[in-house]
Amino acid sequence: MDRELATIVVGTAGVLIVATGVGLVLDRTVASSETRAVVDNMNARLRGWWVMCLTFLASMLTGGAGSVALFALISALALREFVTLTPTLRADHGALCWVFWGFLPLQYGLVAVGALDLLTTAIPVGAVLVLGLQSATAGDTTRFLERTADLLWGLLVCVYAVSHVPALLDLRIAGYEGQNLKLIVFFVVVVQGSDVLQYVAGKCAGRTAIAPTISPGKTWEGFLGGIIGATLIGTGLWWATPFAPWEAAALSLMLTLLGFAGGLVMSAVKRDRGVKDYGTLIRGHGGVLDRIDSICFAAPVFFHVTRWLVAR
Amino acid sequence: MSPAVAAVIAGVIRQLTGATVRWVGDRPDPGPRVYFGNHTSHLDAVLVWAALPVEIRRHARPVAARDYWDRPHLARRLLIHLAKAVLIERDNADMAARERQTERMLAAMGERGSLILFPEGTRGTGAEITPFKSGLYHLARRRPGLELVPVHLHDVHRLLPRGAVLPVPVSCAVTFGPRMTLGSDEGRDPFLARAREAVRLLAAG
Repeated sequence: MDRELATIVVGTAGVLIVATGVGLVLDRTVASSETRAVVDNMNARLRGWWVMCLTFLASMLTGGAGSVALFALISALALREFVTLTPTLRADHGALCWVFWGFLPLQYGLVAVGALDLLTTAIPVGAVLVLGLQSATAGDTTRFLERTADLLWGLLVCVYAVSHVPALLDLRIAGYEGQNLKLIVFFVVVVQGSDVLQYVAGKCAGRTAIAPTISPGKTWEGFLGGIIGATLIGTGLWWATPFAPWEAAALSLMLTLLGFAGGLVMSAVKRDRGVKDYGTLIRGHGGVLDRIDSICFAAPVFFHVTRWLVAR
Repeated sequence: MSPAVAAVIAGVIRQLTGATVRWVGDRPDPGPRVYFGNHTSHLDAVLVWAALPVEIRRHARPVAARDYWDRPHLARRLLIHLAKAVLIERDNADMAARERQTERMLAAMGERGSLILFPEGTRGTGAEITPFKSGLYHLARRRPGLELVPVHLHDVHRLLPRGAVLPVPVSCAVTFGPRMTLGSDEGRDPFLARAREAVRLLAAG
């Protein structure tokens, strides 16, 4: 394995081990029922992180193909969660077939073969036309624009946006050949690290709600802690990227802000669906979309800025 | 089908359909039982089968309409054969034929088998559950004390609606309710209404 990559893996494992140790100590010492719930939640999240990090590591070890496959699977699960919460009609079945069996494999196929121009246009250009036409020919015009827009939005967020993470492998960066996996690691560490630090800072010091009507759990203290902390981590990882230190810092700040924006928008979608009282029975594979909401918004921007900055 | 193969197939089906399986107010029990549910998709019987615990699944057989399934159509014949489906007539003109059919279904259950039955008789749109046909009542009448388990299938019509060929992986849910039996002096229509209501109650959560 690449030496720099190995360093990040060891560092991440260290953080997880320390956090697990802290979790164990807290689990033994906490008494009051209020903090008990917080500690249980934290330990459950930690177990999730172990599984996710090991899965991510396994995909890395298989090289590029494993990463493309992992993100394709993440997209498929996220898209399923999104569509399940979307009130589709019988007439949408054809469009749903296009979304799941047409555009999802097509997009990741384009990522796999490295067709940069096609992977950035296939869905924004192709899906708009195909889904519109498919829904129109299905004959039912009830809420036509709303239904078509719902599916298109789900496809854009869950498939198109997420696919820009493995698409980083397709960028040709002079002097960085064969090392693009580290770009994915940098991106994921900064964005997910920001999520974790927002959670930790929010739990420790969170007081002032930042968007009470959309996401009551998000606070200004958590926001600042996550943004500053993850920007420092990203800056500290500049040696693993093709960026200069100041570029890594600016990109990290941008990624954390975009990640926060993604979380906020996806929360608004959940609120909207919640009001429609649709998902009470379905618990399903809950939460892939919750975990990657920050990635959705940050990935395409990171891809294009990186391309502009170092892959010209 | 060997139990190991069946377990793998059932697991794959549950993953692909993202099916949430719940037992409300009762526990799985391998005794001879009839699982009856609302019908919106060809996948209904497959999903109930896949959702059942392994020891029940091994002896569970779906009931299928002969006029629809018993045709010279390769896929349908293969499914009927693999699922060991019990083929029945949806409408019986005379009483003797209906009694023979009820006997045949009970014989197919044997001592420890179960049946998966969709008493609506045809696939609906998912909007509402249509009135039940009387087969469920006749089964319960011929074998007093037979346990009947209501099953509600949520959103399966979104996976594969009537008339569609290709399924899509939307998450669905299978909910098993508390077992019920035919009352000693309960008439056909009140019983069928009660059975239908039991499925509908599960839909409400």
